[in-house]
Amino acid sequence: MRSVKTLAVGVLAVLAAYDVSSAGEPKQGGILRIYHRDSPGSASIHEGATYSINVPFMPVYSNLVLFNQHIAQNSLDTIVPELAESWAWSSDNKTLTFKLRHDVKWHDGKPFTSADVKCTFDMLMGKSPQKFRQNPRKSWYELVDDVTTNGDYEASFNLKRPEPALLSLLASGYTPIYPCHVSPAEMRTKPIGTGPFKFVEFKANESIKLVKNPDYFKKGLPYLDGIEFTIIPNRSTAILGFVSGKFDMTFPTEVSIPLLKDVKAQAPNAVCVVEPNNVSTNIIVNSSSPPFDNIDIRRALALALDRKAFISIMFEGQGDIGGTMEPAPAGLWAMPKEMLESIPGYGPDINANREEARKLMQKAGYGPDKHLQIKVSTRNIPVYRDPAIILIDQIKSIYIDGELDVVDTAQWFPKVARKDYALGLNLTGNAVDDPDQSFYENYSCGSERNYTNYCNKDIEKLFDQQSAETDVNKRKKLVWEIDKKLQEDVARPIIFHSRTGTCWQPYVKNITIMSNSSYNGFRYEDVWLDK
Amino acid sequence: MFGYIVRRLALMLVTLIGISIIIFVLLRVVPGNIVDILFDAAGFVDPADKANLEKELGLSDPIVVQYLHWIGGLLRGDLGYSYVSEKPALDEILPRIPITARLAGLALLFSASIGIPLGVISAVRQGTRLDYALRVVSLSGLSLPSFWLGLLILMASVSLFGSMPIFNPNPKTWTEAIAIYCVPAMAVGFRSAALTMRITRSSMLEILRQDYIRTARAKGASESSVNYRHALKNAILPVITVIGIEAAFLIGGLIVTETVFNIPASRGSWSRRCAGAIIRSCRTS
Repeated sequence: MRSVKTLAVGVLAVLAAYDVSSAGEPKQGGILRIYHRDSPGSASIHEGATYSINVPFMPVYSNLVLFNQHIAQNSLDTIVPELAESWAWSSDNKTLTFKLRHDVKWHDGKPFTSADVKCTFDMLMGKSPQKFRQNPRKSWYELVDDVTTNGDYEASFNLKRPEPALLSLLASGYTPIYPCHVSPAEMRTKPIGTGPFKFVEFKANESIKLVKNPDYFKKGLPYLDGIEFTIIPNRSTAILGFVSGKFDMTFPTEVSIPLLKDVKAQAPNAVCVVEPNNVSTNIIVNSSSPPFDNIDIRRALALALDRKAFISIMFEGQGDIGGTMEPAPAGLWAMPKEMLESIPGYGPDINANREEARKLMQKAGYGPDKHLQIKVSTRNIPVYRDPAIILIDQIKSIYIDGELDVVDTAQWFPKVARKDYALGLNLTGNAVDDPDQSFYENYSCGSERNYTNYCNKDIEKLFDQQSAETDVNKRKKLVWEIDKKLQEDVARPIIFHSRTGTCWQPYVKNITIMSNSSYNGFRYEDVWLDK
Repeated sequence: MFGYIVRRLALMLVTLIGISIIIFVLLRVVPGNIVDILFDAAGFVDPADKANLEKELGLSDPIVVQYLHWIGGLLRGDLGYSYVSEKPALDEILPRIPITARLAGLALLFSASIGIPLGVISAVRQGTRLDYALRVVSLSGLSLPSFWLGLLILMASVSLFGSMPIFNPNPKTWTEAIAIYCVPAMAVGFRSAALTMRITRSSMLEILRQDYIRTARAKGASESSVNYRHALKNAILPVITVIGIEAAFLIGGLIVTETVFNIPASRGSWSRRCAGAIIRSCRTS
């Protein structure tokens, strides 16, 4: 099995290399012009939970390790060193040690050392006197006891118990190393990194400009002189801008399937790809109060879903059905098809599923003469609102009359946190295709992003068991078991996993769109313009 | 006289204070505040962190205290601090005012220079095919939302010329400079021009029926002299009043159109959200 995987990685690497060589010798210079879908709240990646921050600011920073930027499927096998020269696990798998590069300087000229690594993770773990205003991924490092340094060029992560997934979390675009000598407040507006591009300016609602870092530690890179993001929230204007040649690239994974057709019709030379992005559209059910405290009603809800209809209406068939983990082949941890179809509501006979759902509703006291009246809350953004409307239509068939309750986007998370909803339609993006990130963040008792307050101590034990498992195949089986159980418990019914498009002009070279995350592929150090 | 001026000034002060209180309270009543927007980017809300930030920003104080802080700052020229850009709010607002003012001025100019002559022509040629055609154009101008017209202009521009006049802070040519301001100004000013035309037409029709116009004609004055020297001069007063009122509406219309043309004028993230909501609701309704 191991050799098959090695072979697959080899083939992918050769294909990536072929892609680079077939594009010709890289040319230096030029400004890459991309439109940005909205004005990011800040430049501090650690304080955000949206890839609106990662896309423009990932080129400013470096990680200890990073997913190979030219292999679409992120996995442990595609992790490459960045600020680290190498890494090694201790024999008990409880210490991960990084040897660091000696030739790295921050953009302000100060040298990068292991103290910066310690500072960054101390802040993330809440152990530093300097605090982030928001720290949405603190839970990623729950198992890290502390980070220690040995001289200026060695840093070790000491874990409470083995956690093989830690390396994947460190390789995410969400895990840059910050400088000790710059405050979190300054990092929000004038970020200093060690990455291929230096920050020039960020004008809220206008533009973000980056310029080539001539002292980048990878000699000869980056190829571009700079990157400019023009902030255009109006999608029609932005797409027209790309079609007219004002932009070299669309905002990554932001072109919907219907819009992609328009782009291809108006700019036939544009290179467009459609990839899954590890974002699931799901239902959040408030099981702490009636009517959804009744497991029968929750199960009926899960049985009423016609997932194919959602995908067909919204994405012209280009979407995937799966559980919590992203479906195969892009997803690494997806349940086998037979196992998935054995879960109630996932079977192909929709009429039979709904008949069963109606029986459950009747058992709970509802029927053709007595419909359950509920509000379906969702964020006032099309990607949330459109599936919510389809959901309302589908649950009518099981005696539930839903009324759409659109919530202003800034009010969405406060409302969900207050549990001020009965049924909600939500999107969950996963930064890393790894069960540790997904399970602990979304389903663990007490987790801030466990919006439904689902808490099952038995499953929690399985979370820990899979997390500590170093054998990938054994871990996969555990993950499948957990994912199946989560769907059967109607913890957060997954409707579908979306796919989205990205387009660029034919002269833009070396762009790879990741297929199992929207957060990790924007370093752009070897992107070049063939013009 | 002095007493009258003092009374009027005092009344103005009371009005301003009243308006400021109403606006302040309305903004507090509307769901969502800066803390919600800041947490929106993080994707979750930690109630303790939120409470701390609200305390730090004074949002947990009674509304009266908040108002007094705000009005005190305003009197000292301190409009507060932007927690998104981490800059004083005034530094964010001041550079944007000239852009909006320029656009509004151009839109008004377009509205007056198109609306008044067409209104006169329509009145003078009342009942002709030209009059009917101009009335259809003015009706369509009143019916088309400016952002929709803006999108049509952008689409036409891309398909006809292969380029689009969206905002560029550093235009390279004078044609580009004109395009980035004039095209949005035309999109916004079209509705206003239609209104100006209709008011001019009805006002002119009323004046053209007056006895003194008949007298001017009887004295042998030329048709253009009757129309422009005698009639328009007297018909223009209600038109000027309407243009004045329209100036205020144009600022509102600009917020939406600025989003379509991506003009970084006086709108911030909040008004962008409003503009986005307006565009979306019009598209879906």
